[in-house]
Amino acid sequence: MQFYGIEINSRLLLGTAQYPSPAVLTEAVKSSGTEIITVSLRRETADGSGAGFWENLRETGCRILPNTAGCHSVQEAVTTAHMARELFDTPWIKLEVIGHSDTLQPDVFGLVEAARILSADGFQVFPYTTDDLVVGEKLLEAGCELLMPWGAPIGSGQGLRNPDALRAMRAHFPDVPLIVDAGIGRPSDAAQAMEMGMDAVLLNTAVAKAGDPAGMAHAMAMAVVAGREGYEADPMERRDMAVPSTPVLGMAEFA
Amino acid sequence: MKIIVNAKPHEVAGATLEAALNELGFTSPAVATALNGAFVARGKRSDVQLAEGDRLEVLAPMQGG
Repeated sequence: MQFYGIEINSRLLLGTAQYPSPAVLTEAVKSSGTEIITVSLRRETADGSGAGFWENLRETGCRILPNTAGCHSVQEAVTTAHMARELFDTPWIKLEVIGHSDTLQPDVFGLVEAARILSADGFQVFPYTTDDLVVGEKLLEAGCELLMPWGAPIGSGQGLRNPDALRAMRAHFPDVPLIVDAGIGRPSDAAQAMEMGMDAVLLNTAVAKAGDPAGMAHAMAMAVVAGREGYEADPMERRDMAVPSTPVLGMAEFA
Repeated sequence: MKIIVNAKPHEVAGATLEAALNELGFTSPAVATALNGAFVARGKRSDVQLAEGDRLEVLAPMQGG
């Protein structure tokens, strides 16, 4: 699997927020086997608190995917992306343009506009979007080479609220990497996304807020592998009725 | 001159962005800057002149999802 020409082996991307401590974060990253972690940019204090965190991140050896979390306008997102590119020395940007402060749902109009501006400027955009096919097409036209549809609202842990829409995306964009971003709560949610042919999942709260983050990170990693292998093994069709799995032919007659 | 740094007013003597950052103690290489909403690259900080009331954002890597 490739994201913008970079070969990626782990199909689990992990966020770095809300962990009880930096040590727990490091442990969770390690046990998840992830190769890509998301980070953010926030106001620095004069004591340089961000520098320490940056050191921790580098020690994980993971590729950094900076985000524009919390940006509500195109200009905010574009400026943040530029700052992230300089700071993390990467053209990758997880583009969020938030449209509603309660649902944190993407402003897809602003998203497409920001994606166009950033793609033209050499960024490799990972757009956090809805599961809308038309928006997906516009994002690809704007220069995105992959899409990150939501499973459910950010941090909700509700799992896949609209699996039919995600299946439609998979069918409509067979060659575009699709990463389910947001809403995954349990390993079964991650497995479900992977079973339907999604290329990867990005999650954060489900691991960070688990009682044992490192344990959950490992469980998620296994769920992602199981779901993917299940997809590749071509699952059977569902049937409405029971069909005996043991041959009926050759049964003894005892009566 | 008075400028707004990360939403708080500060008095700075330096005329350039570079000088103001040093003065304010932002000496870590792990910061990125924006002036009045527009990104200012590291290499441009010594060229950018500050004006009274400028809004400066100094950002650093933080936890994110």
